[in-house]
Amino acid sequence: MEDTLTHLQQLESESIHIIREVAAEFANPVMLYSIGKDSSVMVRLAQKAFYPAPIPFPLLHVDTNFKFHDMYAFRDQFCKDIGAELRIYRNEEAIKAGTNPFELGTQKCCALLKTKALVDALRLGKYDAAFGGARRDEEKSRAKERIFSFRDEMGQWEPKNQRPELWNLYNAKINKGESIRVFPLSNWTELDVWQYIYKENIPIVPMYFAKEREMVVRDDMLIPLDGPIPLKKGEKPEKVMCRFRTLGCYPCTGAIRSTAKTVPEIIEEMMVVTISERSTRIIDHDTEGSMEIKKREGYF
Amino acid sequence: MKKGKTIEAFLKENEQKELLRFSSAGSVDDGKSTMLGHLLHDAKGVYEDQLASIRNASKQMAKGEIDYALFTDGLKAEREQGITIDVAYRYFSTPKRKFIVADTPGHEQYTRNMATGASTAQLAVILIDARLGVLVQSKRHLFISSLMGIPHIIVAVNKMDLVDYSEEVFTKIKKDFSAFARKLSIKDLRFVPISALVGDNVASRDKEHMTWYEGESLLELLENVYIGSDSNMVDLRYPVQYVLRPNLDFRGFCGQVASGVIKAGDEVMALPSGKRSRVKAIVTMDGNLDRAIPGQSVTVTLEDEIDISRGDMLVRPNNLPQIGRHIEATLIWMSERPMDPNGSYFIKQTTMTSRCRIDKIRYRIDVNTLHREKADHLELNEIGRVSIVSNRKLMYDPFDQNRATGSFILIDAITNNTVGAGMIIRRESADDAPGLNEQSGSDERLKRHPDAVGTAERRERLGQTPQTIWITGLVASGKSDLAYALEKEIFEKGGLAYVLDGEDMRLGLCKDLDFTACDKAEHIRRVAEAAKILNEAGVTAICAFVSPFKKARSQAAEIIGKERFKEVFVKASLEYCAKNDDKGLYKGAEDGSVKGLAGVNAPYEAPDTPWETFCPENEGKEACAFRIFEKLRKEGKL
Repeated sequence: MEDTLTHLQQLESESIHIIREVAAEFANPVMLYSIGKDSSVMVRLAQKAFYPAPIPFPLLHVDTNFKFHDMYAFRDQFCKDIGAELRIYRNEEAIKAGTNPFELGTQKCCALLKTKALVDALRLGKYDAAFGGARRDEEKSRAKERIFSFRDEMGQWEPKNQRPELWNLYNAKINKGESIRVFPLSNWTELDVWQYIYKENIPIVPMYFAKEREMVVRDDMLIPLDGPIPLKKGEKPEKVMCRFRTLGCYPCTGAIRSTAKTVPEIIEEMMVVTISERSTRIIDHDTEGSMEIKKREGYF
Repeated sequence: MKKGKTIEAFLKENEQKELLRFSSAGSVDDGKSTMLGHLLHDAKGVYEDQLASIRNASKQMAKGEIDYALFTDGLKAEREQGITIDVAYRYFSTPKRKFIVADTPGHEQYTRNMATGASTAQLAVILIDARLGVLVQSKRHLFISSLMGIPHIIVAVNKMDLVDYSEEVFTKIKKDFSAFARKLSIKDLRFVPISALVGDNVASRDKEHMTWYEGESLLELLENVYIGSDSNMVDLRYPVQYVLRPNLDFRGFCGQVASGVIKAGDEVMALPSGKRSRVKAIVTMDGNLDRAIPGQSVTVTLEDEIDISRGDMLVRPNNLPQIGRHIEATLIWMSERPMDPNGSYFIKQTTMTSRCRIDKIRYRIDVNTLHREKADHLELNEIGRVSIVSNRKLMYDPFDQNRATGSFILIDAITNNTVGAGMIIRRESADDAPGLNEQSGSDERLKRHPDAVGTAERRERLGQTPQTIWITGLVASGKSDLAYALEKEIFEKGGLAYVLDGEDMRLGLCKDLDFTACDKAEHIRRVAEAAKILNEAGVTAICAFVSPFKKARSQAAEIIGKERFKEVFVKASLEYCAKNDDKGLYKGAEDGSVKGLAGVNAPYEAPDTPWETFCPENEGKEACAFRIFEKLRKEGKL
C-alpha cells in the first residue's frame, strides 16, 4: 500500500468526514436526494460513513411532479435496495394550481415547485442540516460556497457574509430556525463523480446512457417527450440516439446526441466534450448570474 | 488496440492520480486571475460554452478580448467591481495530478480570506509584479502562507513581458524576496518568471523570450513538486468523530486519521482517559484494512470495551500529544466584531468543541513589518499571539509539527460566527507559567494605586522585615510540619508569619487548576503572588510546596523579590517519605495508579545552594524552626 492516497481516495475520505461531522453535530439532519448521479454518489458515501450501521438520517426528495418516469422508478427501487428512509415533499398547492414552465416561465415555475417547496419542506421537517449534492465546479457562484453553508430563518444564503471555513473544522453552531446546507461533494468535479461511479459500480438512472429516444429537435436542443410538451408549428417527434447529461424536470431538461452506452464511454465522451454540464438545463440561461439569485433565495 | 481498452487504461491511470491543493495570492493588478485563467484554460479545464458565455460577459463590460479573470471571479458583485472578494475554489487536472485551487484576494482587508484559502493548501503561488518588485503586500502574502504552515511556495514573477524579459529584474526580486523569507520558516521556496498575459512559462516553458531561465514552467512545477513526504506519518493521532453502535456486538469509533499510521493489532491509548487497548479491526464498507494513513476516514474497533466518545483521541502509548486546558497560539481575527477579551467563545479543535476564554493577548503582529505591538484586543484581519484557556482538556500538538492537531477555530458563543483561526505554538520554557513574563503594569489601564502607607512604616509598626520562607521537598517529607512549627516559633516571639500550604491553596485560590504541567506552573505563580501580597502587608510568608522544578522556584523568587526569598530544602530519603505518607501516594506510584509523583515517576530537582536545609531524619522540626528563626533574627529581619 502506498503512503499517499489517490485523489479519489482523498475526496472520498473528505466527504465521509463531512457527513459524519453533520451526524455528530446536528439533531435532525436530512439528505436531499434528487435522483441524479451526484445524489447516487452522495448516498453511497453516506452508506460508507456509517457502515456497518444504517444511514442515521432520512433522504428527502423535493418533487416537482415534472420528473421523468424513469427517475421515479429508479428512486423507489434504489431506496428500497439500500434500505434508506425516503421522504417526499411536493408543493401540492402549486401543483394543484397547475403550475408549469410553459405558461409561467422557468423562473417562476422553479421558484414555486423547487425553491419554495424545498424551503417549506425543510421548515416543516424542522431539519437543522440538509445535505446537497452540489459541486463547486458546476457553476460560477457555487465556486465560493462553503461546505457548511449557513442559511438564515428564511433559508436564504448571504454570499458576502459567509462564515470563514478553515482546515476541516466546520462550524455547526446555529440558533433555532436557522440551518446549514452541507455540500459533501464540493471538491468533486464531474469527471471525479463519473470515475467514482465506475470504480464503485454505483447504480444510476438509465437515462444517462445513450439509446434511441423520442425527441423534438428545437434549434440545437433535444427536447424529451416524457409528458405533454406544447409543440411549435411543424415540430414533430423523431427518434434520436441520445442521452442525458443531467436530470431535472422533463420540460426543462435537454438531451445530447450521444452513443455512449457505458460509464467508460460516457467518460470518454466527456473528455472530448465541448459543452459544460449545466448548459442542458434550460433554467440557467434566463439571466446572467441567475443561479446566484436563486441560491440567495434558498435554492440549492 | 480496441477503443474500449484505451478508455479503461485511461481510467485506471486516472484513478491513481495525485491531488494537489494550492492557494494563489496576489491582487488583480498582479495578474493573478489572468494567470489562473490561463492555467485552467490551458489545462482544458474550461469548457467551450463557458468560454462562449464569458465572451458574452466580456463584451457587456466592453473589455473586448477574452478576459481570463472572468473565469475565476465568480460572484456578481466581484464581476461588477472587478475584484476578487472571497475565496473561490477552482478545479483542473493534467494527466499527472488533479488540482484544487483556492483563489484568494490579495488586499490587506481580505487577510482572513487568504488565511482561509491557505488553510487547506499544500502549496502557495504568490504573484509579484515584475515592474514593482517586492512590495509590502508580497511580504504579507508570504508571511500568511508561512503562518498557515504551507510547505511549498512558488513565487511567480509576472509581467516579465513588460520589463523586456530582463534577467536582472528577475534575479533582484529573487534576491530581495529570499532575504525576507529567511526570517520565516519556509521549507521550499521557488521562483519562476512568467507572463500570464502572453502565457510565457505558465503552462509550457518559454523558449523564446527568457532563454536565460532554465527551470520549469509554473504548471510543470505544480505537477512535479514532491508532496509525498509532507504528511506526518509518525505521530498517531486519531480523533474520534462519531461512535457507531448498530448492535450490542459492535462498537466502532469513526474518524479521519489526523497523522501517523494506525494498524490492526496495535496497542493504542485513549485520551484523555489514558485507558489502553488494542486495535481489533479497521472497518470499512470495502472490507477491513491492515492499516490506515493520514487523511483516511475509517472505523476502528478495539479489543476491550473502554468508554470513548466524540472528541477523544486514540494515540500510541509511547507517543502522546500535549494535554491541557492552556494553549499558546497565533490567532487570526476574522470577524467584523472586534475580539472581546471578556467574551464567551467556543474552541473547536479536531473533533472537540469546548467553551473557552482568552486569557491573555501577548502582542499583535503587524502583518506588513512583522513587528510586535502591544494590544489588548484584536480586530478584523489582525494577527496576534494569545493564550487561551479551554473548559475541557485539549489534546494537541504544535502546529508546526502537526497541522491537523495544532489548528483550531474560535466561534462566538452569541453570534455563532467563526471569528478566529488559531495555530498552536510550541510552548517555550518561558511560557510555562502563563503571564509570568509579562512586565507588571504592561497593560496601561492597570496601574498600582500609590501606597498610602509605606513599607518602612509597616516594618516599624510590626518590628520585622517580612520574608518569604519557601520550603521545598518531596511529598510527605515534613514541609508542612516545619512550616507550622516555624509559624508558631515566630508568632510566640512577637513576630507575624502566615503559612501557605498546598492543600489550602488547592481548596481555595487554585481550585480551578488541574495537575497538568501548565496548571502546576500556574499554581506556583499564584502562590508566589499571594506570598508577595503577604510580604507587602508586612507579614512573613511561609510557603510549603513540593515545587519540584528549579525554574519554577526561581520564577517564584522573581515575583516575590530575590532579596526576601529564602529557600529551605527538606532533605529526606524516599523511604522516609513513603513511611510518612498517609495518603498512599508512594504505594500508588509503585503499582502505577499514581502518575507524576515527584522523585518517583516524575523529576524532583533539589536546590543546589539552599538558604537552609532541614533533615527530618536527623533532627526535630522545632530544632530546625528555631535555627531558622535565629538566622532571620541575626540577619535583622525579625
